[in-house]
Amino acid sequence: MSPGLYVHVPFCRSKCPYCAFYSVPSAAPVPIWFEGIQKEVLLYKGRFDRFDSLYLGGGTPTFLDNRTLSGLVDHLFTHFDFAADTEFTIEANPCDLSGEKVRLLKDLGCNRINLGVQSFNEDTLSFLGRGHTGEEAREALTRLRSVGFDNVGVDLIYGLPGQALEEWLETLRCALSFQPEHISCYELTLEKGTAFGTLREKGNIRPMNEEDGRSCFLAASRLLRGAGYIHYEVSNYARTEAHCSRHNCKYWEHVPYLGLGPSAHSFDGKDRWWNVRSIRRYAGLLNTGLPPVEGRETLTEEQMRLESLALGFRTRQGVDLRFIAPDAQSMAALSRMEEAGLVNILDGRVIPTEEGFLVADQLPLYFS
Amino acid sequence: MDHIRNFSIIAHIDHGKSTLADRLIQATGLVEDRDFRDQILDTMDIERERGITIKSQAVTLPYVDKKGRSFELNLIDTPGHVDFSYEVSRALASCEGVLLLVDAAQGVEAQTVANAYAAMEHDLEIIPVINKIDLPSADIERVKEEIEIDLGLDSDQAILCSAKEGIGIEDVLEAIVKEIPPPSGATDGPLQALIFDAHYDPFRGTIVSCRLFAGTVRAGDRIRLMHNRAVYKVEEVGLFRLNREPKKDLSAGEVGYIISGIKTVSDVRIGDTITLDNDPAPVPLPGFKEVKPVVFASIYPVASDDYRSLADSLEKYKLNDAALVFQKDSSAALGLGFRCGFLGLLHLEIVQERLEREYDQSIIMTSPTVQYRFVLSNGEEVTVDNPVYYPDPTAIVKGMEPYIRASIMIPERYMGAVMDLCLERRGVNAQFNYPTPGRIEIRFDMPLADVIYDFYDSLKTVTQGYGSFDYELLDYRESDLVKLDILLNGERVDALSQIVFRESARPRALHACEKLKEEIPRHMFKIAVQGAIGGMVIARSTISPFRKDVTAKCYGGDITRKRKLLEKQKKGKKRMKMVGSVAIPQSAFVAVLKTDKDS
Repeated sequence: MSPGLYVHVPFCRSKCPYCAFYSVPSAAPVPIWFEGIQKEVLLYKGRFDRFDSLYLGGGTPTFLDNRTLSGLVDHLFTHFDFAADTEFTIEANPCDLSGEKVRLLKDLGCNRINLGVQSFNEDTLSFLGRGHTGEEAREALTRLRSVGFDNVGVDLIYGLPGQALEEWLETLRCALSFQPEHISCYELTLEKGTAFGTLREKGNIRPMNEEDGRSCFLAASRLLRGAGYIHYEVSNYARTEAHCSRHNCKYWEHVPYLGLGPSAHSFDGKDRWWNVRSIRRYAGLLNTGLPPVEGRETLTEEQMRLESLALGFRTRQGVDLRFIAPDAQSMAALSRMEEAGLVNILDGRVIPTEEGFLVADQLPLYFS
Repeated sequence: MDHIRNFSIIAHIDHGKSTLADRLIQATGLVEDRDFRDQILDTMDIERERGITIKSQAVTLPYVDKKGRSFELNLIDTPGHVDFSYEVSRALASCEGVLLLVDAAQGVEAQTVANAYAAMEHDLEIIPVINKIDLPSADIERVKEEIEIDLGLDSDQAILCSAKEGIGIEDVLEAIVKEIPPPSGATDGPLQALIFDAHYDPFRGTIVSCRLFAGTVRAGDRIRLMHNRAVYKVEEVGLFRLNREPKKDLSAGEVGYIISGIKTVSDVRIGDTITLDNDPAPVPLPGFKEVKPVVFASIYPVASDDYRSLADSLEKYKLNDAALVFQKDSSAALGLGFRCGFLGLLHLEIVQERLEREYDQSIIMTSPTVQYRFVLSNGEEVTVDNPVYYPDPTAIVKGMEPYIRASIMIPERYMGAVMDLCLERRGVNAQFNYPTPGRIEIRFDMPLADVIYDFYDSLKTVTQGYGSFDYELLDYRESDLVKLDILLNGERVDALSQIVFRESARPRALHACEKLKEEIPRHMFKIAVQGAIGGMVIARSTISPFRKDVTAKCYGGDITRKRKLLEKQKKGKKRMKMVGSVAIPQSAFVAVLKTDKDS
């Protein structure tokens, strides 16, 4: 399979309290970052096969000024080889999507927009520190459709402390009214290093309890599958096969990907490496002609196997049986999982069910 | 011999024994200040951490008194737990006097009394030392009164010190020289040396620690261990400084070591007498006792591939711990392992901890048990120290279990609580003594099985640490015994089976089910935990399955982290035992034995 290209755009209007991705709430370092990206592109020129997916993520790629954004896309297409049907995704924030910006994205050749809606409920949006309203999100979606974007993904968050199931379902129904091609439903994670993470350590905020989290997860799955969506990964739904995120699937199937920009991860089929998590150091290393790499690992066969388990149980593809040792203990665990309705075994693969997705972090342990 | 003093420091726990030893060692200049570290005599990590001494240690301190006379002060450190009371008695037998250390704020406590009595039994000179006088809460007058009343000692003699601040150390040293009598005994008579400890050195073999009561021993002598009549040739004798210091000879009154090609520590018996083969003493020194294991449990490697490595580790460990006995064992649930005998529950815990730490073994230890006897219908009497060999219940005519005589010393106010505890543990034949006003000694006959089941910890809890406890084995008595099995999802875990008194079976089973519920992590399926006698289930609990644990996001930057977590969990799983498809952590096997009081 063809590799994918990711570019990390580490800038945001403001930091959301739940987000652990590397980004800075300022446009000031954009020039030195852009200079860096241009150099990093040259470092990897010719080192990867023709890409068939391009993903601009962040941070907030749409936060970039129009000139930098066009310059970036231009530079990538000049120096890298892309397949004709490349899936070109840009992550977007509703408040950035002016009519002008939407047209620019279209002109740049972007054919998939992933919109950070998170919720249509005003209270939830303000708790999440989002700078937009539900109405603005709806407007952005309408605008995208009007310009002719026919592959739009919507990111949603559930599992806020005290959130009622009904409120979550309302957000989902509202999203469905736009018939997005892709919907991601993320349970709120109170990650270390984020504002919410700090609140959690102090005991001021608690994650949703297990049973409520289950209800939200299962209700979303029921609703979306009822509306015809495919639940193809723990947190991801697509309207048709073709609308599954081609780029993201590469992460889950050990297909090579190149990640450019601070904190981006890359994988070439054997080695994985990750860039420094600082724009200053990133630019500094590239200025001296060095790769801006923080760490690197060569995966052993066993490590590949463990990852295949960890990733496989999260997707509808499941895990190839060859990654599971045919010993008595594994086989007993497998049949218990089947009995418990967590997996189905089909054509030499272990496919998780909805219940299986819910415990996808546990399942690999039985075969590790 | 006039320049020798042999002494021990005895104290209630935390009254500052190790600190005082440290100061004495520093004051006599045995070790340079820059080489000094705290609790210098406690060489094992586990001793430092738990604040207990497991092995006796001896050190010879050079001391010049105020009048300019040179002395050799032999400090013999003693283990501080009832499991090792025999070792303590042999250490005390090697001394002429003790420093009885009392905390200036806490005053006389249970172990202070018990220790003082032990010293009196050995007819030792007792020097009371009031420690921690620098504490704001120190109440010296009250403590002096307690020393007078509770112990019947002359408190005017008591030395005031603060080991921590280095106050009064000189006075302590002077008192040792002045108050403790020098040893006596003829240096030219037949050799009589008391073995009070032995430890293993990988290069030299067994190093025997001994106190000479008569005669002289030097390199080249042929010595005889009087108990087992084994004869060895002496390679080296010497004194314990901080390291061993070879010497031409050791003679009556001295404390030192003998190296004589003894291969393992098990070849010597603590309390045995060493004499010369060609000029033997007519009788050994009094008080020798063969120490026998009273508590039994099996040890299994967590991963069955590690059996060989566990076997090697046990062999090596045994070199230094004669009290541990073991033989091969196997279990349906846990595979190949070893059945081991221990002096008591602390000894068991120490063995477990040292195997894990010093020998890097991942082990599972099964429920400790005592040695039961059963008379069968064919007239045969069998001894069972492993529940796996519990006889066919229909063939049992009667069961018998070992009883001990427990002796518990407490302040009066805890009498009710301690009586309740002892009766709950099937104590009978209560007797009471009143050694000093305000204190009671309670004696009870109790089944040993109920003592190893967490009795010592419970006693400490109900007496807030003021209860001291000692026991001796009495005899075997008839008892209604049953085998309690634990089943996980219907599968019997033989390593969790216990032989118990019938009336205790149900509470024990309930306790085990609850503990296992706490200790076994949730699985992807429901786990039924049951306690059963024969086919009858008498207790149950359920471990509910995992319902949701999946992380929301997993993209390029998350994969390495996720795998590393999995690798870590995989390592953790190596420390779990799979029984059927249930993973049982090691801790579960131990937790089943502990009561809630100490958790």
